[in-house]
Amino acid sequence: MALKQTAGKRIAMTAAAWLVGFLIFFPILWTFLTSFKSELDAFSIPPKFLFFHWTAENYFEVQSRSNYLLFAYNSIVLSVGANVVALLIAVPAAWSMAFAPTKRTKDLLMWMLSTKMMPGVGVLVPIYLLFRDLHLLDNRLGIGFVLMMLNLPILIWMLYTYFKEIPVDILEAARMDGASLVNEIIYVLTPMAIPGIASTMLLAIILSWNEAFWTLNLTTSNAAPLTAFIASYSAPEGLFWAKLSAASTLAIAPILILGWFSQKQLVRGLTFGAVK
Amino acid sequence: MGSIQLVNVRKEFGGVKVINGVDLKIEDGSFTVFVGPSGCGKSTLLRLIAGLEDVSSGQVLIDGLDMTKVGPAKRGLAMVFQSYALYPHMSVRGNIAFALKMAKQPADVIEQKVRKAAGILNLTDYLDRKPRQLSGGQRQRVAIGRAIVREPKAFLFDEPLSNLDAALRVQMRLEIGDLHQKLKTTMIYVTHDQVEAMTMADRIVVLEKGEVAQVGSPLELYNKPNGLFVARFIGSPTMNLVTGPSATRRGATTLGVRPEHVDLSTTAGEWPAQVLHAEHLGSDTFLYAQAEGVGALTIRLAGEASLRAGDRIFVTPQESRIHLFDEQGKAKAQ
Repeated sequence: MALKQTAGKRIAMTAAAWLVGFLIFFPILWTFLTSFKSELDAFSIPPKFLFFHWTAENYFEVQSRSNYLLFAYNSIVLSVGANVVALLIAVPAAWSMAFAPTKRTKDLLMWMLSTKMMPGVGVLVPIYLLFRDLHLLDNRLGIGFVLMMLNLPILIWMLYTYFKEIPVDILEAARMDGASLVNEIIYVLTPMAIPGIASTMLLAIILSWNEAFWTLNLTTSNAAPLTAFIASYSAPEGLFWAKLSAASTLAIAPILILGWFSQKQLVRGLTFGAVK
Repeated sequence: MGSIQLVNVRKEFGGVKVINGVDLKIEDGSFTVFVGPSGCGKSTLLRLIAGLEDVSSGQVLIDGLDMTKVGPAKRGLAMVFQSYALYPHMSVRGNIAFALKMAKQPADVIEQKVRKAAGILNLTDYLDRKPRQLSGGQRQRVAIGRAIVREPKAFLFDEPLSNLDAALRVQMRLEIGDLHQKLKTTMIYVTHDQVEAMTMADRIVVLEKGEVAQVGSPLELYNKPNGLFVARFIGSPTMNLVTGPSATRRGATTLGVRPEHVDLSTTAGEWPAQVLHAEHLGSDTFLYAQAEGVGALTIRLAGEASLRAGDRIFVTPQESRIHLFDEQGKAKAQ
């Protein structure tokens, strides 16, 4: 039983957790290590783990060959911007589904989810042609719109489940207190749902940050985010593992740091003590 | 002002009739209690008055104005919820001030009104705490404070005391009663507890299956229940209901007599019975007896009595306190 855990069991459990954690983290660690190797060391067999000649030359090389800051800027603007707009649409949508459901609400939710089941490539050609005619190719507005649409179903679903947890009494109390619908959402629902909204937004930003299919197909340089930056190191003249790793490390670093610092924020519950 | 009138109000939830045509007038300044067993529609009726539910048909008038289509925010009523429904992210001050902020009152007026309400409810020392740092009774007071500051036309209470322990419930009952004395504002109070109803109400509305069974003052309901439902529901312990010769001899199907309205003898009487169980509370003695051909009887004696289980007794209903009901369960005129 959980209460009768012996010291030995606890140590075993901790070790197992660390092992699983290490396995999951290993690819990131390997990428990080490879980014400091020379191209020769990068694909040496047997692989060199820690004992190689450490060099930062890949980072300088990467920076001189392409403008990291422009790609990073695009990644930040696109992933944050697209999801802020998506959030503004998703909060009222999730409110109505959670607190004023109709007979069709469940179907609507399923339908929204079903749009995520179709492979994106299925609509690539029509969207590409539309974007070409509307002059939205390699345009931040255009790719931002696609990223927003991609995440909207996920945002609405996640917020819907968070909102379902909020006691409806509290919203009704706000209504009795004379709050309009907008005020109810701004002053009562949103502050109570902040942990849920924060974790939803973090996940959505990570998804947009990592989104490669649409960003690679619809952007080239001006609006291209870090995914395009990484892809540019898989060149026709061959793979440059060390430089690719340096580019990848640079690409994932900002989102990794964001996730690291916001994890505490995400798990804190706010509703305790509201009811009963 | 705060008179509320319901005109033939009906409410259905997906074909299930919850309220079946309620007509009711609630006078300004009165303390009205809706009481009934669970599922009788008392909370729904309150929510219809609040505007949190829309009526299926009928009208809700507040101060003579038709408010049927008006949202809860604009009806000028305040509600205290069973779960308190405090805003968890706001301090006590923020909770109480919220309605005033929504009404765009100036900051100094808000502060003054919040302080006044907090003073009335002994919450002054807690204004900067969050709801989770308060006890159940204090949370309930905050919920009431939130209602008071709005100076509403009427207060609606939805089983506000059911989450509190017994001692606190008695205390809060008195506090709400005091509040009504002070504010003289219309109050509508929903409860399933007939003791709460009897002790607090000016007027009790007994609801049965979405219809008004009887309306009256606590003592009217106690002394003149209009049917078996109200007779059973009001009074504790419940009224003794007897069928058979005793009832037919008096021209009724069912004869009712309250436990405190019987005479007891050890020698002779209408119903010979045997004591099964005796409860000695000091102030009262409750006897649970089995009478031959009549059934179970509950008898309440004032003060201490020396009777105990197994004793033979004779029970005679007091003729002037007998209630007679016809075969439909309606009270017969006496």
